[in-house]
Amino acid sequence: MAAEATVVGREAAGALVPRRATRIGLRSVALLYLVVLLIVPVGLVFYRAFEPGLGALWSSITTPAAISAFWLTITVTAIAVPLNTVFGVITAIAIVRGRFRGRALLDALIDLPFAVSPVVVGLALVLVYARPGWFGKWFIAHGIPIIFATPGLVLATIFVSLPFVVREVAPVLRELGDESEQAAATLGAGPWQTFSRITLPALRWAIAYGVVLSLARAIGEFGAVSVVSGHIAGQTNTLTLLVEARLDNLDTAGAYAASALLAAIAIVALLAMTLLRPRRELR
Amino acid sequence: MLLPLSAVASNAFNDGLSGFWSEVSSREAVSALTLTLVASLIVTLVNVVFGTLIAWVLVRDRFPGRALLNSLIDLPFALPTVVAGIVLLALYGKTSPIGINIALTQAAIVLALAFVTLPFVVRSVQPVLLELDPEVEEAAASLGAGPAQTFMRVVLPSLGPAIVSGAALSFARAIGEFGSVVLISGNIPFHTQVSSVLIYNQIESDNPTGAAAVSVLLLVIALAVVLALRALGRRSARDGS
Repeated sequence: MAAEATVVGREAAGALVPRRATRIGLRSVALLYLVVLLIVPVGLVFYRAFEPGLGALWSSITTPAAISAFWLTITVTAIAVPLNTVFGVITAIAIVRGRFRGRALLDALIDLPFAVSPVVVGLALVLVYARPGWFGKWFIAHGIPIIFATPGLVLATIFVSLPFVVREVAPVLRELGDESEQAAATLGAGPWQTFSRITLPALRWAIAYGVVLSLARAIGEFGAVSVVSGHIAGQTNTLTLLVEARLDNLDTAGAYAASALLAAIAIVALLAMTLLRPRRELR
Repeated sequence: MLLPLSAVASNAFNDGLSGFWSEVSSREAVSALTLTLVASLIVTLVNVVFGTLIAWVLVRDRFPGRALLNSLIDLPFALPTVVAGIVLLALYGKTSPIGINIALTQAAIVLALAFVTLPFVVRSVQPVLLELDPEVEEAAASLGAGPAQTFMRVVLPSLGPAIVSGAALSFARAIGEFGSVVLISGNIPFHTQVSSVLIYNQIESDNPTGAAAVSVLLLVIALAVVLALRALGRRSARDGS
């Protein structure tokens, strides 16, 4: 038994591995699960999207409704992700370096959006910013409609993608320690100079990774934006809402085309994550 | 962030405690919650088994395409949930090329939840498995333990906390999931309507108080599970060392 284990163990970089048959059996079960659940379904959507031909696919994702949905998604993401990045870095620094009352509470609260259903996020925004909501009347009186308008979509997107940058940056910051920062300060660097010359460069890959995660989530958010959008075609429909609208209108081919576009964006994000991961770990 | 959530909490009790109770104990709400919890529990168990298995295969096995597979695990996180719904509908819906139509059934809900929560257990177990010292396993094997025994007695206990925390995250995600479920489940009240979809319908039919009441319940359950399993994970980690 031990001899056998040593033999197969060598194959797997010194780690202990069971008999070949068991190993292949386990591998097959794992692969079968992934193929049935993930690989074949995702592949099929691409197949269905390309089935009517490239021309049909192109015209389906360039209808006025699709183009307006595309730009709305880009606009919302372009506002939400930079805000979350700046906020994320500041919050991470506060959590790791700060010494203030409620720091542990803040640390726990940051993860809240992960535990809250996206529909509940939407509902929460409606209860505060819709006409009968807490501040709804004030905003509408000042000509800033939030619910059923772009600001609501932005707020919903910020909410759901809030934790990503913080969660990527905080551990790196913790591991980094503050020796180099103190050294910089001793050598006469001001706080801003220390931050931009010492801290920020060390965090860049962690920030980049967090931004990719936020981007993927912001582009793909559905539940929360669905509640606050009001589904006004050409005005408040994002790409994900367009997919649902097309499916409701029995435009299956159109829904597949828009889905394939979103899936392609997701795969690009995945690629970026794969490329960034080793850099983030090595720093 | 806190302000909107406190608006949910306060609106849930608009009609007092009895109003809250009558909303969450309505037949529709109870049936949706039961379905949500049972489906999430099944999916969490499936994730514990298959997530640990996939993590093990990715760390200990060597075969061509392993790196690609490792990247693909995160696809459900990167893919918009509504696309996840379409993706599953394409293969397992009424236009299924393989003739399996489970759309509008409870099985479809479990499938959708399994899809979106796939990465949680894999990604929490994988780093622990990588760090695990193979010498301990070799020692167990040289003392005469078979592979199964080594796994059960040596590997599994050290993975325990990671499995538990991955399971907690996937359960919390599953009970709140909306996008993938709404498309494939058909939202038939008392049959395939989960709580998040019920909340959505309540908002659409202008019953924010009812929506808020169910939301509060869902939130409390999600937080309780995450906190309880985290505490459990911490304790077993301490016992293990």
